[in-house]
Amino acid sequence: MADYIVMPKLGFDMREGVLNTWLKTVGDRVKRGEVVAEIESDKATLELESQVEGVLLKILQEPGAVVPIGANVAIVGAEGEEIAGMNGGAADESKAPAEPAAEQKEKQPAAPEAVAAPSGEAVSDEFPAGVRATPVARRMAEEHGIDLREVNGSGPDGRIRKADVEAYLASPPAPALAVAPAPAPGVVAFEPTPPPTEGVETIATSKLRQAIARRMTESKTTVPHFYVTTEVDMAPALALRKQINAALPDEQKVTVNDLIVKATALALRDFPNLNAAFAGEQIVRHKQINVGTAVAVEGGLLTVVQKNTDTSTLSKVAADNKAMIGRARDGRIKPDDVEGGSFTVSNLGAFDVDHFIAIINPPEAAILAVGSARQVPVVVDGELAVGTRMKTTISADHRVSDGAEAAQFLQAFKALLENPLRLLL
Amino acid sequence: MARITMRQAITDALREEMLRDENVFIMGQEVGVWGGTYAVTRGFYDEFGPKRVRDTPISEMAIGGAAAGAAMNGLRPVAEFMTINFAFLALDAIVNHAAKVRYMFGGQMKCPVVFRAPGGGGRQLGATHSHTPDVIFAHFPGLKVVAPATPYDAKGLLKAAIRSDDPVLFIEHHTLYQIRGEAPEGEDFTVPIGVSDVKREGSDVTIVAYSQGLQVALEAAEELAKEGIEAEVVDLRTLRPLDMDPVIASFRKTFKAVIVEEGYRSYGIGAEIAARLQEAAFDYMDAPIKRVAQFETPLPYSRELEQAALINPQRVIAAVKEVL
Repeated sequence: MADYIVMPKLGFDMREGVLNTWLKTVGDRVKRGEVVAEIESDKATLELESQVEGVLLKILQEPGAVVPIGANVAIVGAEGEEIAGMNGGAADESKAPAEPAAEQKEKQPAAPEAVAAPSGEAVSDEFPAGVRATPVARRMAEEHGIDLREVNGSGPDGRIRKADVEAYLASPPAPALAVAPAPAPGVVAFEPTPPPTEGVETIATSKLRQAIARRMTESKTTVPHFYVTTEVDMAPALALRKQINAALPDEQKVTVNDLIVKATALALRDFPNLNAAFAGEQIVRHKQINVGTAVAVEGGLLTVVQKNTDTSTLSKVAADNKAMIGRARDGRIKPDDVEGGSFTVSNLGAFDVDHFIAIINPPEAAILAVGSARQVPVVVDGELAVGTRMKTTISADHRVSDGAEAAQFLQAFKALLENPLRLLL
Repeated sequence: MARITMRQAITDALREEMLRDENVFIMGQEVGVWGGTYAVTRGFYDEFGPKRVRDTPISEMAIGGAAAGAAMNGLRPVAEFMTINFAFLALDAIVNHAAKVRYMFGGQMKCPVVFRAPGGGGRQLGATHSHTPDVIFAHFPGLKVVAPATPYDAKGLLKAAIRSDDPVLFIEHHTLYQIRGEAPEGEDFTVPIGVSDVKREGSDVTIVAYSQGLQVALEAAEELAKEGIEAEVVDLRTLRPLDMDPVIASFRKTFKAVIVEEGYRSYGIGAEIAARLQEAAFDYMDAPIKRVAQFETPLPYSRELEQAALINPQRVIAAVKEVL
């Protein structure tokens, strides 16, 4: 019996995906788990694996189509099987008791190409409106016009409770968000630019570009950033790295960024406010320290997250980051690679920059911007000498932390890199 | 007002009603010459005589049937089962006769009988004599089921039960006979059947309880208050007709509920309350509704094992912390 391939949910907050390319054509055999298409979420390009086995009988979504999760993208069945009664509209009827399904079948029995646009929001197949929330939280969200996906849940398994909605309402940026309707995915709340006339080239924004635009705008307009800069003597860390790498094969070599990520994680242990998120009446301190690394990819950037960075060995940090960065650059990122971050390191050291400042990656409370380690004149014991220095700037959320705390964090970070053996413990 | 025991409150209620209405009489095993297994009717035999304080054979079927019949013929019997465990033997008289006659005779006949039944666990009486089967009786329309937890309520509700024209099962938890509290005297004092009562005000969580469970809930609430958690404790007092209004009002204030009952969890009072709460106040739920109940085992004789199987304040506190 013929069945549908549906748009999968491949990330916690994925609501829809763009069908980029079909790798199979009608008539091809597909196995369960075989990659049949490339899809794009707002975080990454992903592989669509067939959930069913058989012959690809019909493609329901053409390349470029934006498809809600759970919606049908193709029909697979036995060769030559009659599929006139099927259509490409609603997803599995048992999951989504979409009232039109039965009716449409009767009215348009032989019109499978009439792809009904799915009405309303795409929802998680797990919870109403895609979030785990208590009934009272849902009612309050409705009364106040809040999108529950914006609210952090403090209950079991992240369940959003009444207190979380209250905290959200009490947080300073909340009223603005509550009043303005939540922007549709990919729509940035800017005045639309005048339609292009001459002398310009317009490029459609990718999902990734739209996600960056939305999140960075949200961060820079709602999070009160402050910045603290320091300079680190990198000679000891670079010497240590040289020593370590001399003993390692190429594929296991440790990068400067690995040392920085590890030092960041160890320093964060004493500064839980910087490994946190602001949630109105509460500051949510993460028990795990998961340091993300911003990775430049085609058309934007992604943050790959090293879970439990502080307790992971340097060799694990190096191996994991190498693998994740590789996947990010190849467009084969896994949802798990980019989720769960609690702090981000953005390192432009490879691009010969003196220093820079970064925008916080919400809902995190801080981000560390790292410049190049370069040889500079330094004064040692009253004498001019050549030293190796790296400038780094932390951007922190002033609702969560203050300047002195950020400065103390930088001192700890600096001390770890200037006395780097502790990174190996 | 004097602080009397719950035993005294029940005795006083019986005596006041017997003095008020000569149709009220008492029957049961050992209620006369001996003065009652729990000494509730001590002195009654001498005061009211053998016609109004009648010792019966050891036959619950006979006690239940005779009491229902006497009530249908115009008297107001207060029949005592030595324990509620033995009332199982009288289920036919209680459920098929007392609870049905008014309905089946189109109101031409009423059955104003009170069945008193001590019960519950916690006194090392073994598996067959330690039941808390309140919910079995509360299941049937036509029978009122009352289960007070304080001397005040026991006295007022028993007087209201005796005056009720419908059959009433009056459940006395045998661990509560010694607790003390105030109870007014006088003919006018009654507590209406079918009205739940907020025994302790609070804003953080609603604890619903009755009978011995109420005392457990109140102890738990006092402990929680030391940690700054203010529990509101609602006493059902009557299981049928069940008054949900104060429970729902409290839940709409606290958004969380824990239900405490000494009986088993399955198909229990807690299940009923939880179901009614979600029907009436779904949009006010902020956590799953928790039930604290007896573990599902025949109640052991060993004191330690029996106590471990029963409800206690620690289990209530743990349940409250799960929903907060």
